[in-house]
Amino acid sequence: MRWTTQRVHPCLILTMNLNEWLTSPFLWRAMIGGAGVALIVGPLGAFIVWRKMAYFGDTLAHSGLLGVALGFLLGVSPSLGVLMVCLLLAALLVFLELKERLSADTLLGLLAHTTLALGLIALAFLETTRFDLAAFLFGDLLAVTRDDLIWIGGGVAVAFAVLLKIWRPLLAATVDEELARAENVPVTKVKTAFTILVALVIACAMKVVGVLLITALLVIPAATAQRFTKSPETMALAASGVALAAVIGGLLFSLLCDTPASASVVAVATLIFVVSRIIVGFGKK
Amino acid sequence: MSADALLNLDGIGFTRNRRVILDDVSLTLREGNIVTLIGPNGAGKSTLLKIALGQVLPDRGTVTRRAKTRLGYVPQKVFVASTLPLTVSRFVTLTQRASPDEILKVLTLTGVAYAAQQSVHTLSGGEWQRVLLARALMLRPDILLLDEPAQGLDVAGQNALYDLIRRIRDDTSCGILLVSHDLHLVMSSSDLVICLQHHICCSGKPENLYHDPAYRALFGEHNVAQLAAYHHHHDHVHALDDATCPPLPHPHHES
Repeated sequence: MRWTTQRVHPCLILTMNLNEWLTSPFLWRAMIGGAGVALIVGPLGAFIVWRKMAYFGDTLAHSGLLGVALGFLLGVSPSLGVLMVCLLLAALLVFLELKERLSADTLLGLLAHTTLALGLIALAFLETTRFDLAAFLFGDLLAVTRDDLIWIGGGVAVAFAVLLKIWRPLLAATVDEELARAENVPVTKVKTAFTILVALVIACAMKVVGVLLITALLVIPAATAQRFTKSPETMALAASGVALAAVIGGLLFSLLCDTPASASVVAVATLIFVVSRIIVGFGKK
Repeated sequence: MSADALLNLDGIGFTRNRRVILDDVSLTLREGNIVTLIGPNGAGKSTLLKIALGQVLPDRGTVTRRAKTRLGYVPQKVFVASTLPLTVSRFVTLTQRASPDEILKVLTLTGVAYAAQQSVHTLSGGEWQRVLLARALMLRPDILLLDEPAQGLDVAGQNALYDLIRRIRDDTSCGILLVSHDLHLVMSSSDLVICLQHHICCSGKPENLYHDPAYRALFGEHNVAQLAAYHHHHDHVHALDDATCPPLPHPHHES
């Protein structure tokens, strides 16, 4: 992932007509990258909502800056750095939750801001690297590169494969952990696998939506889908659909109105949420 | 362990944060038997059930289960996140695949077949307990461990649920170990009642216990005589975190 990439200048977009848009590679890269992320945030976000883990996703996202900085410092890909830091943090969380007598949200608050501070400090050592902090914080969908697509594609494929494999036991553990354990579900194993999955997807999706907005993409589509669905699977699929619509809608809106792409995606997701709730409200009367 | 014994707990001790939760508790569950644990809040009933289940390891003592026994468990509290859309028939098959016919059979047995396609979030307390029981039965258990299966139900609902539990025992001849507060309701269906206050205070067949003056002294005459909230009246004194039992003025340790 190239965090130092040049942004596409807005004026360039405004001077282009529809044909040019549809043939411009950056738009397609943005669409494909966004769609890939949208597909996986549906089911993953559903579990985040069911398990009440929104703040956990946020914490992992906060640690991303440290990952990017370490990636630069160690001379490896920033995406790899993000992935490693996310995984380490997830492991630390699991460990601390067992050892410390702090509530989960206190622990998360502690770790989220510690890693953010460490990331900022590490960044200070990178004076020579041009670093696009805005792109990191808010994402830059229109600057998705071919390398990013490989990361996103690979990450999403692995995440889907693992999620399919652990779906049943993870769902059982999510509905009730004690019962699942009593019925011989390897609860600790599937929970750990899920934590790793969240870390993986956040590392891959960071470029698309940025650290400050990533939890939104996990939570809003799932929350939207919840009211319309009767089974966990349909909720997960519908969430993917909502996320996909938000990505496409947000991108188009961003091109038409020259707004930041990732923020537009989140705004469109929220719009879908609000409109769907209004429709449900009217339907009830 | 004798041939018809399904589960044997021997000399179970469990201490947490320097508090004795269980002290030298032994019991045997046999095929077709219902053993009921009664006792005040915090007496260690649920812990004992979890030790029997194998979810909690005791500090002392041994748990022996007959080989290849299947366990069905109804915990004290099961709370499904309100954001998770789930039907009843899906809930009972989360860890156990079953055909629609099998699901319907078990739900019919527990009397909630009509709710099969209903969301678990729309159920009443009584329906939910029956659904939990159905999920445990889906595993075709040899041993059923029930933690306050009739909680939150009115007297009629409790009676119906204990009738159901007795019927399950009669139909499947599984052994049932249950925790209860509902002293009077469990009496008629239990083969053995164990009164637990960290240690076994007294135990015996319900009809013997019922007419036992020591038992009446233990639980209070007015509680034995009428349907009322169960209070644990001791004939001996415990310190709050003390599980030792001072010598009793009259013998009621029988089984």
